Amino acid sequence: MSDWHTSTLTQLAAGLRARKFSSVELVRAYLDRIDASQAALNAFISVTREQALADAAAADRALAAGAGGALTGVPIAHKDIFCTQGVRTTCGSRMLDNFVSPYDATVVAKLKGAGAIMLGKTNMDEFAMGSSSETSFYGPVRNPWNPQLVPGGSSGGSAAAVAARLVPAATATDTGGSIRQPAALCGITGLKPTYGRVSRYGMIAFASSLDQGGVLTPSAADAALMLREMAGFDANDSTSVDTPVPDYVAALEQPLAGLKVGLLREFFDKGLDAHNEQRVREALKLYQQLGARLTEVSLPNLPLSVPVYYVVAPAECSSNLARFDGVRFGYRCENPRDLTDLYRRSRGEGFGAEVKRRIMTGTYVLSAGYYDAYYLKAQRVRQLINADFTRAFGSVDVLMGPTTPTPAFAIGAKTSDPITMYLNDIYTIGANLAGLPAVSIPCGFVQELPVGLQIVGPHFSEARVLNAAHAFQRATDWHTRVPQGYA
Amino acid sequence: MYDFALVFSLRHARREPPMALTREQIASIAALARLDLSSSEIPVYQDSLSRILDFVGALDRAHTTGVAPMSHPLPGLSQRLRPDVVTEQDRHELYQANAPQVAAGLYLVPKVIE
Repeated sequence: MSDWHTSTLTQLAAGLRARKFSSVELVRAYLDRIDASQAALNAFISVTREQALADAAAADRALAAGAGGALTGVPIAHKDIFCTQGVRTTCGSRMLDNFVSPYDATVVAKLKGAGAIMLGKTNMDEFAMGSSSETSFYGPVRNPWNPQLVPGGSSGGSAAAVAARLVPAATATDTGGSIRQPAALCGITGLKPTYGRVSRYGMIAFASSLDQGGVLTPSAADAALMLREMAGFDANDSTSVDTPVPDYVAALEQPLAGLKVGLLREFFDKGLDAHNEQRVREALKLYQQLGARLTEVSLPNLPLSVPVYYVVAPAECSSNLARFDGVRFGYRCENPRDLTDLYRRSRGEGFGAEVKRRIMTGTYVLSAGYYDAYYLKAQRVRQLINADFTRAFGSVDVLMGPTTPTPAFAIGAKTSDPITMYLNDIYTIGANLAGLPAVSIPCGFVQELPVGLQIVGPHFSEARVLNAAHAFQRATDWHTRVPQGYA
Repeated sequence: MYDFALVFSLRHARREPPMALTREQIASIAALARLDLSSSEIPVYQDSLSRILDFVGALDRAHTTGVAPMSHPLPGLSQRLRPDVVTEQDRHELYQANAPQVAAGLYLVPKVIE
């Protein structure tokens, strides 16, 4: 069998349980696809071939014994922001080029416990700071739909890997759109759960009040299967929420009739590419045909979400990245003169340009004399944006709109002006500020490039959001399209 | 009222930011952040940090009198406490395997006191 890569995660898990093929066969086939694509896409930082094949052999023994979990023998990849015991974990940075994690992130441990096999660690923007996967110390990731274009970011390696079917699912993280934006630009499904739904333990911190782990998959049904295993309370994460994990898979088939969909008026503005808008409007029309009721809603403070984000996220980043001191782990400069020189040169040489930019922005907005004007002000506006969402969810079940203003852009096109790059996340940041679950699903193409539709729900409504995404995917086939050369 | 057109218009703003940061300010921020910058990096950050501060200056237009700052996306949740018992094992050898310089179980740094 050579077409495993066109099967869904659900089908692969079922095929393994029915012993139609072995995990070793499956893992070997995907590892070969990873190797064959690496020069073209640069989607991986590390490939853990030997360990994966050994784990697959163990999975086959478990399956033969009638044991195993929901994902036993299924290959996946982890974004290189998740700590993996005994495996190099770089976060896309020179700072952690030699860091071998002494423990597993909770997400990694949970997926391992469910039987999933890790094939490797995916490339990403350095410390998840970027919207194009160009800031990685390991070089840019390329978009499988067109290698001259970015895959989006920061989870660009995971997105490119899933889009090119190098793995049937990959973990990812989303601080301002880092799951949804690459999902849109690569034509796949990306789920950012509610803040606190998935443990952040062992997920290298960027902005702790915004970071949330999630997943990239071809379909919403696959995302539901993954989330069911990844979600849940974790005592090791002080912001983990102790609320039961529903069966996201069982909720997929609920009828859509009567679903109240709010169209975000602020998202359909002149910044939105006209062709992108057309695809999104067609998707909304289909939702109407499927029984949803559409109403326009306004979130007047939402346009301020990017300025709020570029105060709050750098502030938290400057604090979180203070731990990289050249003493306990990570990069250390040569021949430090004294302790201050050790700190300054280790950090100056270990961090890339965008990370340094954000650390300095954060340092400035938190410094004496500016804290009230920038940081406290941004936190107050964050409250206003959150209140806008709360008000909207008083009258609608979910909000819909575009995920990004445009399809994928050229590598190098937006690297000179940080503001231009930051505006890529203009439609995604709101959900992070309010801690809301959101998904991006493919809803068509513009000049052979995929376009994403975003669905945002109230806190802990992942089942509803995935259900709405799944209903759309039952009626369309955009999510089954595979880029030329990877089919 | 704010609109995205307003925010997007900043993308095309090729004007110089009104309050450009000086070389000295960038050097001082870098010193606070314990970042060594080369002399060629300083003007790059002068330009981009000035632009970012200009961009986030849009927040001034929001009326926030009486609005409480929001630091946690799930308001109302209280900080969890755990029993005060030892839960961690001593694994310093494993952890120190990642350290740049270690001797006798101690992290080594340049001499601090002459």
